[in-house]
Parts: sequence; C-alpha cells; structure tokens
Amino acid sequence: MITLQFTRHLFSFFPQLEGRVVQVEAQSVAEVVRALEALAPGIGFYLLDELGRVRTHVNIFVGPDRIRDRKTLSDRVQPGDTVWILQALSGG
Amino acid sequence: MERVGSQWVAKLAGHAGTGVNFVARDPYTGRLWALLGHGHWGAKLSVSDDGGATWADNAAQIRYPEGARFIAQDMYEDAGSEFGVGVNISTKPATLQELWVIGFGPGGRVLVGTIPGGLFESHDGGATFALNRPLWDHESRGGDLTSGEAERETQWFGTPASEGGDFAAGIHSIVVDSANPERLLLAVSTAGVIESADGGRTWRSRNKGMRKDHSPEPEAEWGHDTHYIEQCQHQPQHIWQQNHAGVYYSNDGAESWQKVSVPEQGVHFGFPVTVDAHEGRRAWLVPARGDNQRTAIDGGLFVARTDDGGQSWTQQRKGLPQGNAWDVVYRHALANDAGCVAFGSTTGNLYVSEDGGESWTTVGNNFPPIYSVRFG
Repeated sequence: MITLQFTRHLFSFFPQLEGRVVQVEAQSVAEVVRALEALAPGIGFYLLDELGRVRTHVNIFVGPDRIRDRKTLSDRVQPGDTVWILQALSGG
Repeated sequence: MERVGSQWVAKLAGHAGTGVNFVARDPYTGRLWALLGHGHWGAKLSVSDDGGATWADNAAQIRYPEGARFIAQDMYEDAGSEFGVGVNISTKPATLQELWVIGFGPGGRVLVGTIPGGLFESHDGGATFALNRPLWDHESRGGDLTSGEAERETQWFGTPASEGGDFAAGIHSIVVDSANPERLLLAVSTAGVIESADGGRTWRSRNKGMRKDHSPEPEAEWGHDTHYIEQCQHQPQHIWQQNHAGVYYSNDGAESWQKVSVPEQGVHFGFPVTVDAHEGRRAWLVPARGDNQRTAIDGGLFVARTDDGGQSWTQQRKGLPQGNAWDVVYRHALANDAGCVAFGSTTGNLYVSEDGGESWTTVGNNFPPIYSVRFG
C-alpha cells in the first residue's frame, strides 16, 4: 500500500481526507492520483491541469524525492512508500 | 452586502481567503455562481443554492478539450538580437488560466468567459459545459488549430489579467441580448467586441467606429482593447463600452460606436461601465487618470454620470474621499439597480449610492481587493 500525506490546504476542499490514514494501491504516481480521485472526486483537477500535467504550484514527492515526470507522472512507487502532495512555496 | 434598517451591512458569504473573480446570480434559477482563482489549485466554478450560506464546486468544471490550441506570443532572452529579446509565436495547447465572467440566458443557458479566450456554453443550467468551437476556431485567431501549425496570424492579443502568466486573450464581457437571446455580444482583451446573431454558431467583429489610438492602425478591424461592455436591459439597442482608448456608446445595438470621452472632465480611461436598466442614455463610470497612471484622478475619487448618451457628464463626488484617494476600480466592480449604484476598488473600499450617484456612503474600507460587485 502507498500512504498519502497532504498539505492541510487541501482538507478545506476535501474534508473527507482529513484525520484519517489514506492509503491506495498503485505502481506509479499517475495511479496514485487516479486512486485518490475515487476517494475524493474532483481532486485530480486540483492537482493536474487538463493535459494531465502537475499544476505549476503543486509539488508531489515520493519519500524525500520530488517527482521528475510532471507531465505524465510515470515516477514509480513501491509498497510502503509515502507520497506527499503539497503546495509549492512559490514565493511569499 | 445588504441594507439593514438605514445601513448597508457587509458580511462574509464564503470562500474566505480565496481569489474570487466574479460572482453573479442566475436570474432564471436563483443559483449563485462564484468564479474562483485558487492559485495553486487552478480556477474552479463554485455554486450556492442557499444564497451563499454554503458553497460547493460545480459538478461540471471548465476544461479545454483535448486538441484545443491557440496562438501564443512569448518573449524570450535572445543574446543574438540587437534588442536582447525575441518573440516566439507558436501554437500551444490550451489550459484554463482564469475564469473571468459568467452570463445567463433563458432555457438553462450559462456562458463562461475565460483566459485564454474561451467561451464555454451550457444549455442545461451548468450540468455540462462545452467550448464554443466556432469562436475558438474563428479566422481572426488563425482558424482551426486542432492539428498542424496556424496558416494565419491571430488578431487577438493578450491581457495581463491572466493568473497563469501567459500573455493570452481573455473574454471578460458577455451580453445575452435581452430582446433576442440568440444574439450574443462578447468583449475581449484584446480583440474588441464580437457578435453572434445565431446563438453562437457564427461570429463577427463589432468594432466599427472604435479607434486604437495606441496603434499604427487605429481603425483595424481587430485588436481593440475593450475593457467592458454592458447593455441596457429595456432599451437593448443602447450599449456602453469602457475602452482602453476612451469611452464608447452605441445606440444601434453595437452596429457602430461613438466615442464620447471628455478627457478634460476626466472621462476617458478606466475599466468599468454600467448602464441604467430603463434609460439607455444614462450610464456611470469610475474614471482613472490613464494607462500610465491607473489611479483615481488627482487623489479625489469620483463617479462620472451621463443622462444624455455621453454628450455631457457630471462628476459625482459627494461622500467619496477627496484627499489621497488613489483607488482604481476594475471592470466588474461597478453596478447599478433601480437608482442604487455600488462600486468597490482594488484597495478594498466599497461604496454605495441610493440616489443615482448624487451622494455616496462608505460600506467599508478594509476589504481585500474587490473584483466583482453585482446586485442580486
């Protein structure tokens, strides 16, 4: 299972994710987002644009490493990994 | 805000801390729509069916369809150029940068204007939206760019209002003709006024009489920097326009425009305009000094009103700050209803008049930047 950690900002839009351990089955970050969409419908469009790219001011980490493929999210995940979905600190 | 006894009282109606570009009530359904700009999380449509007590993301969001592209003009560093920069013109896939304006028509019609330059239509009250392809693929924008490179240049240019940073065009004004809902008028920064007489199947420019004083081709068909247009509800042939290059008025339904600026009275540059619902010759503006100084004029805030189609103007200052007031009022932040006029500024000041602008009351001075003021 992959464990997800979120910026608190997202809980104001998706309160169903707050105060619980969120875990999904996935082999890539793209699959993580797809599984997350089933738990919180609409969240995919908060994280990605229409082209499926990670929004400019969103960051996703697998463990300590920021994902490299922001276009198709092909970065692999392993059972036991933690994926962090965060807002980028883009100044200010 | 609402009138409680003898006072206007403002209250928070949701979305604290979120950028809200436009709020309006669908007069056909009573539903409130908010056009949000979340920054990190993108632009979202939010709706409320209980007068703003609770809000939810609309089930259908605005998304450009796969293959929707537009001609972009991006500046880049170019050491080989004598100017140090070059301009790269390319076709780019469209993604939603900003929701800018929403309009409503009978029969479940909801229209949303966006950056970059999309008109999204719903015929089912907002349950589904689709990009209007005849406008997106219009010859003035280079034609159908679904595949291949553009064969023509775009005559649409950009607006700095985009949150996403791209210098792309935006649709900020939507008029559903009150006499004929199949007739639509849009205004675009920067292209001008655009009309469809057949419900959005075909489009043409409506820029006759407008002059681009800032351009070597001032009377070109396209490229006009209309800041906002509004139609008189009960005299729909009367349409008003605040333009980058002055104030325009049409009494023939936008067939032609007359420039009615009086710069020596401060009536020339600004963003918003609002027209009386019954008397099409009566309109209000909140002028700014000019494009080189986007502030109130000489530190004194005033509203300019005409009752005669722009032949004469009155500066309405009573109750508005006349010392060190440098407010600027954006295009959607001035409105009127039955003699009541209200506006808000980017410096968070909100004013209302109940006598057609003769005198003004301050509702508050510490709001965030105010982008949208609507009655409803």
